[in-house]
Parts: sequence; structure tokens; C-alpha cells
Amino acid sequence: MRPALTTEMREGGVAVVTFDLEGESVNKLTRGVLEEFKALMDRVDSDTTIRAVVLISGKPDLFIAGADIEGFLELRTAAEAEALSREGQELMNRLEKLRAPVVFAIHGTCVGGGLEAALAVAYRIATDHPKTVLALPEVQLGLIPGAGGTQRLPRRVGLRQALDMILQGKNVRARKALQIGLIDELVHPSILLDVAIDRAAKLGEAKIARERGRAVHGMSDLVLEDNALGRSVVFRKAREATRKATKGNYPAPLAAIDAIEQSYMGDRAKGFATEARLFGEMAVTDVSRQLIFLFFATSALKKDTGVDDRSVTPIAVEKIGILGAGFMGAGIAAIAVMQGTVVRLKDAQHERVGHGLSEVNGILRDQLKRKRITRHQLDDQLTLVGGTIDYSGFKDASLVIEAVFEDLKVKQSVLAEAEAAAPRAIFASNTSTIPIERIAANAKHPERVLGMHFFSPVVKMPLLEVIRAKATGDEALATVVAYGKKLGKTVIVVQDAPGFYANRILAPYVNEAGLLLDEGVAVDAIDKALVEFGFPVGPLTLIDEVGLDIAGKSSAVMIGAFGDRMIPARSLAKVIEAGRTGRKGGKGFYRYEQGKKKGVDETVYPLFSSTGQRMLIGARDIVERCVFAMLNEAARCLEEGIVSSPRDGDVGAVFGIGFPPFRGGPFRYLDTLGIPTVIRALEVLDGRFSPRFRPAHILREMAASGAHFYPERERPR
Amino acid sequence: MPTFGNGRRVAIVAGLRTPFERSGTLFKSLSAQELGRAVVAELVARTGLDGEEIDALVFGTVVPSVLAPNIAREVALLPMLPKGIPAFTVSRACTSANQAITDAADQIALGHADVAIAGGAESLSNVPILHSRGFANALVGASKAKSVGGKLGALARIRPRDLIPITPAIAEPSTGETMGQSAEKMAKLNHIPRDEQDQFALRSHRLAAAGTQDGRLTAEMMPYYVPPKYSDVALSDNGIRADSTPEALAALKPVFDRKYGTVTAGNSSPLTDGAAAVVLMSEEKAKALGYTPLAYIKSYAYAALDPGEQLLQAPVLAAPLALARAGLALGDIDLVEMHEAFAAQVLSNLRGFESQEWAERAGLTQPLGEVDRSRLNVMGGSISIGHPFGAMGARITTTLANELRRRNGQFGLMTLCAAGGMGFAMVLENAS
Repeated sequence: MRPALTTEMREGGVAVVTFDLEGESVNKLTRGVLEEFKALMDRVDSDTTIRAVVLISGKPDLFIAGADIEGFLELRTAAEAEALSREGQELMNRLEKLRAPVVFAIHGTCVGGGLEAALAVAYRIATDHPKTVLALPEVQLGLIPGAGGTQRLPRRVGLRQALDMILQGKNVRARKALQIGLIDELVHPSILLDVAIDRAAKLGEAKIARERGRAVHGMSDLVLEDNALGRSVVFRKAREATRKATKGNYPAPLAAIDAIEQSYMGDRAKGFATEARLFGEMAVTDVSRQLIFLFFATSALKKDTGVDDRSVTPIAVEKIGILGAGFMGAGIAAIAVMQGTVVRLKDAQHERVGHGLSEVNGILRDQLKRKRITRHQLDDQLTLVGGTIDYSGFKDASLVIEAVFEDLKVKQSVLAEAEAAAPRAIFASNTSTIPIERIAANAKHPERVLGMHFFSPVVKMPLLEVIRAKATGDEALATVVAYGKKLGKTVIVVQDAPGFYANRILAPYVNEAGLLLDEGVAVDAIDKALVEFGFPVGPLTLIDEVGLDIAGKSSAVMIGAFGDRMIPARSLAKVIEAGRTGRKGGKGFYRYEQGKKKGVDETVYPLFSSTGQRMLIGARDIVERCVFAMLNEAARCLEEGIVSSPRDGDVGAVFGIGFPPFRGGPFRYLDTLGIPTVIRALEVLDGRFSPRFRPAHILREMAASGAHFYPERERPR
Repeated sequence: MPTFGNGRRVAIVAGLRTPFERSGTLFKSLSAQELGRAVVAELVARTGLDGEEIDALVFGTVVPSVLAPNIAREVALLPMLPKGIPAFTVSRACTSANQAITDAADQIALGHADVAIAGGAESLSNVPILHSRGFANALVGASKAKSVGGKLGALARIRPRDLIPITPAIAEPSTGETMGQSAEKMAKLNHIPRDEQDQFALRSHRLAAAGTQDGRLTAEMMPYYVPPKYSDVALSDNGIRADSTPEALAALKPVFDRKYGTVTAGNSSPLTDGAAAVVLMSEEKAKALGYTPLAYIKSYAYAALDPGEQLLQAPVLAAPLALARAGLALGDIDLVEMHEAFAAQVLSNLRGFESQEWAERAGLTQPLGEVDRSRLNVMGGSISIGHPFGAMGARITTTLANELRRRNGQFGLMTLCAAGGMGFAMVLENAS
């Protein structure tokens, strides 16, 4: 294999080192690369003709993607992981003290270990380019920066900025990086190398000081960061906010705060030692293994075409039609125009089209507010949506997505209209419950009909379920999978059955919450228990958000399809019957005032219970009943082939319905608990509530053969 | 019969416009650029035109934006079009969109282009308001001054009267005469009585109302959902008064000559915001791409006369030229679209067509003749539909091409008057 680092000597003793890892789309710090860096530093130490070094990437739009995460899965013990961190720290320390100063010429992504290295070198130049982003995303994988990041970043950007970057793990764009002092210069990509060489030469001749203090310093820094008292306030606030956000389920952010705090204790060695120790501890947590797995699973899905036949090529989607300018239709339109797709947004009345356009405008304006797009991009993106009440402009659309009223007849009739108006288009239904096969019953081209189930709000929710009906052809499927990815979604292909996957496993979970209500458990007790389990919101808050009317329609379909284990909850039915619609109507299980969720609406209880008295039941029971109902249903989905792998099932649950990421998803959670344990619990529940907890076949079979959903290497320990 | 194009016939393939809205109403917060971009985006979406096929984009505007003087280029840089479409902006007063169309057609005829988009946009709600000369001098002086004292000194020269902004009037720079005054003068010179003008205006409103009602006019429009709220949707021209009566029109006071005048707000075209565009293709290209042409450009002509004489009478000179170039007589024409700046102007133009004196000025031995009123402006005109200067020519071209097809006529003539004493005429031939 060709070396990843190639060195070329330039005038003035500047060694230009190009980093280009063969056979990979990204530069990462693999074992081999680390050895090459050590050899490079040896050479710099011995070769005195080298007066300065420039490091630049040979990859387009990528500098360094960080450590080789695959390698982390091999770590057995905390001590092993700690040693790895130590090694990284030493490498960075050596880089920092290298005889010849090092300049990083950064274009594209520079994250994790890449940024930690950048923090250690003498000078950082980045390109003023949207692809140039810097971040320490380790906490998103349940880790903390382990190569000096927690120690060096606060020195460079200040405590509060450092906490922000490390605890959120978010990308910092180049311009912001310059503002906060993370980089030293911002240049146009075309002069990056020239400026880097010039700076390196000057550093080599000591015309620029190697050690420079923090670039940016303001009044609030003086109060909050430059003295121990101010810092203690900042740390206390950070811990409070972190505990609130993680609910004790994610240890890494708190560990990162500890490591950062140690960097202010005046003992450099101790600071680095703390970082290494905490990295070691985090690297072997189950949480980290689950998050790393999810990272791999989503990366793998990015490469998955959705069809087995490799020769199938997706059609380029440049123009789409959207039927129904409601909340979903407008959301889909917004993410489509963000990717430069021409959109025809159709509804029956001008008023509704106008409403949809206003919704699109609102979503895009929010993107502008968050500085994700420029004013000019906003104008362009808005110009890409054309509103219409007829099918004008549909003729050359390659994809039509319907997001009309959830009614079979309506969907069938818009399909017929769309087939006539857009003769070459793939027709995708955004239904959440109606089988695609039935929508396509009278289709002229059933091979071009499938489901694209987006989740609400479309712009925020990362999952897209693409539903393959029996008649769906490979080309249509591959096209929609590829387009879904272009829209920035994590795409799983699921089979055509009531509820598909996400809503199917959600149904028994929500229904169980309803049955608990029937039994007299309090609304907030149910929601609180499941939020503590790790769901972003409890099931009753969830259906308030989705809309009780919609949830009611969905549950009717599910009860129709899986009646034996979907005993309709009286409480849910009564609340829906009472005309409550949840947040959008200002009334649901909770009270809403000016769009803000207030406490439980106590007037909801008399709707289904004669006594106002709420009984107490342990959070454990609540969690077990709701979550095990979901796990059991997920297992059935795999058994029936609704999802094709535990991987898809886990990703779908985490990204579609907010299954706690630190538990990895239903299948990984089943592996963690142990299938026999789950079966025993299900049997006990089945004894009380026969037959809805009867364990899925697949679970019994797997328990009998001692099987797991994931191979040992990938499982949490 | 000769046809424009030196053997390369130029087809009008499609046309579209925004509804035309009286200035200061629905489109008051939209710039000409936004209106122009919206109409071309919709035209491209509806026709399914592949942006890669477009060789040129020409746009007309009369009151250009100081911030984006080449509006055509801003339109060509629409996100759904490739960045490599050369684009330029033209200005010939009310015939600016016609200038855009004939320039694009010329490029096609020359073989320099096969597909072009031409049109225009105007926002008379957003005319630039200028600072006075005194104020401007002080600002420039202050910006050039080196010292604080010098800057203050320059600014201190501003007098209260310098703070009065200058709004551009629709007046002839060469004569100082406003267009209304010119129309008033033409009414007197050509003996056009008030009631005839009012009747013509009434006719314009009634025919436009009928054209809107039966969908012929709305068929050439896109619905315009007005940002940022999108709760207002422009679906038709809001200057059309279906309920106008002779009494109501007669009650209006003359604006430009209060004592002996006849030109009123009721028999003049209103200030209007809007945009319009057409797709032009060479005949072969239209065929190759599978488009059915609406009409071919048979001929066109521009003419001009002394603006101090009869400012809006030049169509009388342009029409014979266009007809001669087409090898046609007025009797061959099935449909006439005449721009209605003022009823007095239309009626003056029509009288000019019938006049021996004007015939001789146009180099003819005989007058062109009388225009059959049943073939004239059959869906109204600018008095009712509105008059966004830079866009109007494209509107009339589309209306004429569509209506010629509907009536199964063969030839259509359009004439437009323009500031500066200019006129335009074009003959279209039905392509079906």
C-alpha cells in the first residue's frame, strides 16, 4: 500500500506533507497512519534542512475525519483504552514540541483526532468554504476527546466555547472558528497551500511567535473565565444543564466536564492523565458501544442502495410533484428545495397552497436564522417551489409524493390523476398506515408505486421508511432510496404491511400506555417513567404532539390488523371521541397555552374513569409493559421480514420513534437483556394479560438455540 | 409571402404572465426582479423546458432597479436554470418587452440561438426615489472630505429644500410634457370627444371582464401567492372593473386639463405591477424538442416621430411597415391587439389608420383602412387589464397568439405606442 503521508520539500526548508489515505474516502488516524506520523516526526527531528512543516489533505473537501472508530470496538478493558489515549496524547505532545513548527492547511472536515492534532500544532489556516467544518464530536459516540482535546481546546477558545464544542459535538464553520480563535487565518481555498507555506517559512525563521495567547478576549471572559470563582459558576451551570439533558443516561458529557475542569487545576500532567483515564472508562461503556454501533449502522445504510441487484441505477430526481400542501407536504417540499429540486406543490384550493407555501417559507427562514443558508439561497430555494391547484408543471416530474388526507379512496384517486399528469413519474405515498398495495390497486404502473413514510416534523426527523410493495420495481425503489438519502434522511426499506415498521412497533407501546390509563395510572406517571427509560417524550405526550385524531386513525388500522394483541384502550378512544386533538387543538392529555405545554389536563380523567382517583404503579412496571410490548412487536417484524435486518430495525426505532439511542434499538436491547430473560418476563405478563404479551416465535426459537441478533463482537459487554 | 427569419421561422411556443395588479396593491412589496423571476420559473416549470436548451434570455424593464440594473441576468440566474445563459436587459419604454422579443427573435433568425426566453417586468410600486442634487452633492462631498471638519462642512451645506426627494414623473425629458398631457393634446388634435373615450374604456373593461370570466385571460396567468404570508393570492387582474358604467365614467373629472380636457383616470391605463414572458424557438428546434408552436413571427417594425407633436401616434407609422414586410394588407388581419395607454391614444391611432395624411407620412398612397372593431382588443386592453410598462408587450404577444388559435384566424397584428414618440407593430401567423 502506498504511504498515506508524502513529503515534498519546498523553498526555504518547508516540508509540505500531503495526507491521502489510500483505499479510503476519508483520512483517518489508523494504526498505520499513526506510525507514519511518528516516522515523519523522527525525520523532522534529524533532518535540519527541514525548517517548517505544512500538512495538507489530498482528499477533496476533507482534512482529517479523526480516529479509526472500528478500532475502538476491539478495546477490551478501560486500561487498554486509556493506553490508546495516552499514545494519542504523546503523539500530539510531540507534534506540539517538534523542532520545526507545523502548520495545518485545513480544507474540508477536520474533526475528532484531526482537530486535536490541529490544536497541538503551531498554526492553523482554514479555507473560507462551506465544507470546512471543525468539531470534537466524541460525546456523540459516548466518548470524550482523548488526545488532548479537553486540555488544549479551552486554552485556545476559552472555557465556555470549549464546553459548547465538546458537550454538543457540533460542527463549527470556518468563519466562526476564526471568530472564536480556533484557527489563526481564513483564506480562499485556491491560496491555502501558498499561504500555509509562507506562514510556515516565517514560523521557521521565528518571524511569527510559536506560542501565542488566546486571540479573542472579552469582558465576560474576565468575569467568568479568568478567575476560579467565575469558572466554578460556569462548571456548575454546565453540569446542571448536562444532567438535565442526559437524565443520567449518557456519562460522557459529564466525564468531559471533569476532564476540562482538571485542565484548570494547574497541573498539566494531571490534566492529561485525567483525560486519558476518563476516555478509557468511557470507551468501554455499553452506551459508547451502542452509539458507535448506530454510527456504523447509519454509515452502512448510506451505502445501501435498497435493492439487491447492483446493476440497477437510480433515476436522477430533479423535479417532483407533491400532492397535499399540508404540514407534511410542505415539510417535504422544504427539504426538497434545500437540495435544489424543483417542486410543484399542489392542493385543491389556493388557500391551502398558500398555507403550504407559508409553511415552506417558515422552515427555510428558520434555516436562515440558524445561518445554515444565506439570504440568497433562501430566495433561490423559495423560487424552486411552485404552487398550483391543477397538475400544471407535473408532466416532466420524475417523482410524485402524495401527502393528502389519510383515506384510501382519496389516495387512489390522486394516484390515477398523477399517473395521467406525470406519465413517467414514480408515485410515492406518504401514508403512515394504508398498505401501498391497496393504494396501487388500480395503478397503471404498480411497479412505480411505493411508500415514502416521512416522520413529522419532516425537516427535523432523520428517518425515512421506504415501503416496498409486492409489485414495486427495483428501479423505482433504488431511485427513491437514493433520493431519500439526498434529502439527508437515513433510509430503511421496509415491507408493505399495516403500520410498516415504525408505527407498527409504536402501536402496542402507545396502546399499552392507554391500557395503563384504563387501569387508573396517571398520565404524567406513564410519561415520566418512559422519559426516564430514555424516550425523548412519553407516549401520551407523543400522541398529543402527533395529533390525537391522527393517532386514533392509525390505531384503528392497527387494531383491525392485529386485534388479538391490540386490545383497544378505552381511555384513548374516549379522549379522541371527546374531540380532543392534542397540541394543535390546544387540548389533549395535557393543557396547552399559547402553544406551550402546561401540566396534565385533569379534566381528561372523567372522560374515561368514574373516579378521579389515580392509582400508583411502579415506574418499572410501566416501562416493562410498554417497552416489552414494543420489543415483542419488533421481533415479529423481523420474523415476518417487515424489516430485513436487526440493524434496520434498530436504526428505524431510534431515528423514527426516538427509541433511546444509548440502548442501541430494540434488537440490541433484546441482546443486552438476554432473550431468555425477556421471554420469561413476557410470559409473566401474558399470564396477566393474555394473549397480548405472547412471545414472538422468533424469540422462542432464538432462546432455544441460544442465538443473538448481533454477533458477539458487536454486542455490548 | 415573406416571413421574418431568413428561412428560419421563429415560433412563439408558450407565454405566461403574472396577474397584473394596480401599483400599491397586492404586489406592492415585490420588486420587478422577483416578479420576473417568478414568471420565468413558472413558465419553465409548466413547459418542462430543459434549461440546458435555453440559449438566451432577454428582458425588458422601464424603471430599472439601481441595485440590479441587468434584471435579465438576475432572472437567468434562477436556481432551476444553468448559470451559463447569457442575458441582457433592454429598454424601449412601453415596448421594452417587444424589444426583448424581437431581439431574441433576431438571434434565432441569425442562427445564434435556437431557444430563447423573452419578456419583461415592472414594479411601479417600487420606483427609485432620488435625493435632490443638493443633498447628493453634500453626501459625495462629505465622503471625499479628508477631515472631520471637512465632512461636517460639506454636510452643513444641506438646506431644508434639499431634503425633498425627487419622484420620477412619467414625463418626456425632451419636452417636459407628461404622457397624460400628450394624450390630452392628441384628443384635441384628432377631435376625440369625451364620450367616445369613455365608451372605449367601458368596452375595454367589459371585454376584459368577459375574458376573465370565461378563463381566456386567466389561462395566460400563473396564480401568484404573495410572500411572505402567502395568504393573498393574485388570480386575476385587479384593474378590471366589471361593474363600470357610462355614468360613473362620465362623472370623473379630467386630470390634465381641468377646464377643457377629456382625459380622465377612467379612460387611461393605470400604473401597474406585473411580469410576462414568452418562449421563442426556431421552428426546427420546436419540432425536435416536441413543442407545438402557437404562432410564428411574420414581421415586425419600429417607428418614431417628434415627441413634441403627437407623442403616442407612431403605431400609425409602424403598422404599415410591419404589414408591408409581411406582404399583407389590413384586410388580411384576423385579429388586432392595440396597446391602450389612453382611450384617446387608441382612437387617435385608429383615426390615423384611416387618414390620408398619415398614410402619406407612412409612405403609403392609400390609408391602411378601418380596423374592424369586432376584431380589436377582443379581451380588453391596457386600460382594464393594466399596464406594467416593461412586461406589457409580452402579455399582448401571448394574448394575440392564443386568441388567434382560438378563433382559428391566420394573421394577427399588434401595435404599441411608447414614450419618446415611438411605436411598434408585429404580425403573427397562427402556427396551427
